[in-house]
Amino acid sequence: MVAGLTRSERQLALVILTLLGLAGLAMAAAGRGDLMGAHGFVVLVFAGAVAWVLMAGFYAPEPGEERLARYYDDPTKAGIVLTMGWAVFGMFFGVWVSALLAWPELTFVDQAWASFGRMRPVHTTGVIFGFGGNALIATSLHVLQRTSRARLPDQLSPWFVLIGYNLFCVLAVTGYFMGVTQSKEYAEPEWYADIWLVVVWVVYFLIYIRTLQRRQEPHIYVANWYYMAFILVVAVLHIVNNLALPISLSAARSYPIYSGVQDAMVQWWYGHNAVAFFLTAGFLGMMYYYMPKRADRPIFSYRLSIISFWGITFFYMWAGSHHLHYTALPQWVQTLGMTFSIMLLVPSWSSAGNALATLNGAWHKVRDDATLRFMMVAAVFYGISTFEGSFMAIRSVNSLSHYTDWTVGHVHAGALGWVAMITFGSIYALVPWMWKRKTMYSPRLVEAHFWLALTGTIVYVFAMWNSGIIQGLMWRTYAESGTLAYSFIDSLVAMHPYYIARTVGGLFFLAGASVGAFNVAMTIRAARQETVQGSAADVPATAAVQPGE
Amino acid sequence: MAEFFHRKLERSAIGFVLAIVGVSAIGGMVEIAPLFTIDETVEQAPDMRVYTPLELAGRNIYVREGCYACHSQMIRTLRDEVERYGPYSLAVESSYDRPMLWGSKRTGPDLARLGGKYSDAWHVAHLVNPRDVVPESVMPRYGWLQRDNLRIDDLGRHLKAMQRLGVPYTDEMIENATADAMGQAAPDSGYAAGVAERYGEATNVRVFDGEPGRLTEMDALVAYLQILGRLTDAAHATDAVETGALDAAPAETE
Repeated sequence: MVAGLTRSERQLALVILTLLGLAGLAMAAAGRGDLMGAHGFVVLVFAGAVAWVLMAGFYAPEPGEERLARYYDDPTKAGIVLTMGWAVFGMFFGVWVSALLAWPELTFVDQAWASFGRMRPVHTTGVIFGFGGNALIATSLHVLQRTSRARLPDQLSPWFVLIGYNLFCVLAVTGYFMGVTQSKEYAEPEWYADIWLVVVWVVYFLIYIRTLQRRQEPHIYVANWYYMAFILVVAVLHIVNNLALPISLSAARSYPIYSGVQDAMVQWWYGHNAVAFFLTAGFLGMMYYYMPKRADRPIFSYRLSIISFWGITFFYMWAGSHHLHYTALPQWVQTLGMTFSIMLLVPSWSSAGNALATLNGAWHKVRDDATLRFMMVAAVFYGISTFEGSFMAIRSVNSLSHYTDWTVGHVHAGALGWVAMITFGSIYALVPWMWKRKTMYSPRLVEAHFWLALTGTIVYVFAMWNSGIIQGLMWRTYAESGTLAYSFIDSLVAMHPYYIARTVGGLFFLAGASVGAFNVAMTIRAARQETVQGSAADVPATAAVQPGE
Repeated sequence: MAEFFHRKLERSAIGFVLAIVGVSAIGGMVEIAPLFTIDETVEQAPDMRVYTPLELAGRNIYVREGCYACHSQMIRTLRDEVERYGPYSLAVESSYDRPMLWGSKRTGPDLARLGGKYSDAWHVAHLVNPRDVVPESVMPRYGWLQRDNLRIDDLGRHLKAMQRLGVPYTDEMIENATADAMGQAAPDSGYAAGVAERYGEATNVRVFDGEPGRLTEMDALVAYLQILGRLTDAAHATDAVETGALDAAPAETE
């Protein structure tokens, strides 16, 4: 991959890595006796490892000018590998922490890092940012070039984004193990990791805008609307939510500039829109490209695309306060959040309906092709979980569901059923294109993965629906005498069978992801073993998926 | 017409970027900005005190261990919650909380009114092995809190950062942060008097972890747990609690 870079790009990469290594050294020196020092060493080792790879190919011959006539896909390929790696890592910790709720002594080691509270964000960050984020970066760079019919503006900045983003994920995860966290849900990393992510994100945005400026297509394709909304709004959310004052520049700990009720509102404005713009908008971008491509059908309706896009961009930003019903947040904000959450059903179902209607005329392919079936099931789960989300945002429903496993079940209906399924579908479509193979190494393993994933999701979601609703009912049930009928621990004991079932569901899903990672690895291996290179040049996207054509 | 307009918009990358930023900014601005300007958002509580350095250190351990993943600190205005946990939480009670720890999931019970409910010894035993005192519990053991000494040399910087953000710590509190942390867990030492002087006579000053002579992380966390819900009495004073007139309480179910 280094061989694809020009000499000057390699030199610049080395300069950046040197600076990064020096920054790590400075953190290690200044943060002695603080956890920041440990993170300094992590940065140093990370920079050193990347520099090692770079140096191994540093003196390879330069690529010829003909590279400019092709799309630049090396970062996408690396991103796919990272995506599958993070999937297995994040889901493994998910299974582990879920098992801890059924068998609390299952830590094997009496160590702080292996306690539930520290591993739980390892799971959420691993799957959301590690798995989801890498999938978004990898696919967006691919889709952007095809739908713009333009090459990425340079070869170094996409690498900077991909590797820099993974450094952020590594800092986040290693931090939780050591005890570095802000305890802001889905925004746990501390201030220096947050600042680093902003740097990475600005470069990501610049790649996008520079490529769009050079596009050969008059229109910006709908997938790019979503990817752009994802990049832009996540930047705003991340910066606003993470504003904090460190206790010193050499310490890992910081205090948020917001407190109490304002902090809660900002946090859930962020939290819910991380769902909207990280876990929805970006993945809708994926769906709007890979599903029509794989089904070989144009998008059903251009107008529905417009309605759903602007509806999601506008409505979602109001919905976060539904996480705070009946709390100390002023009621007018709660009511606004509920109202907009219900209205959100319109754009959400427009997208889900648009996706399913796109498959009209291609249902025989859905039957035969597990890859396309992944995407179809994803659209169905997108519809189910957005309906459920609007329903749970209703105050009186929320009084039952909030604080219970129902929320956990809802999140996983979206995360497993929608986000992971559309990702796996897209990756199974993308991998053969990227490595110039006719199919995946084993289409039968894709089929196996599909059924493992679907079974796991259904077991998981049903277990959590049951446990959540039982929990909510037990907490509010009164005995004849007018006193509460159940103690808290009664409700916990009642959860035990569902927690076991949930772990089983998670195991199925993890097994599926592992099969997928193996299949991707074997496909890449087969491509490498094929000595004959220079197969047909990658053809720019056909007009079939352009909007409104 | 609308479609025509959109076809034009789609041709301009910069225009599209600006449109996304503009459309997405409205919701957050309408909902968040007024929370800083409308006075009724946070109640007045003149009697409210700040966390002592030891309690703040304990809170930071609560943050570090990710306790928010299973415990809320927000009692909702529902009858069953008030009867189970105590008076519903007021905004003012978390006004020194950075970050807030309202939580989103109750795998374990709410902790907003935990302070004073159990003895220090119960907390220590429970944290060392929860199943020793609650056999059905699924909470992790936190044995290392008892083993590890508490870091107190940087507490002044913690208080200073909080002061800069508007928490009413005095310069005297900041100067004495380390000594006050030691004093709060060592009632017989010379440092103890200063704690009561700066944070009030009602402040808990005792050996929290049952091990005099050592200041452990356990001391700090138990000191924090024992102050939960007790920084102010404002929640106990509200009329709603006394009359039982709660906002909405779909309490009974079939």
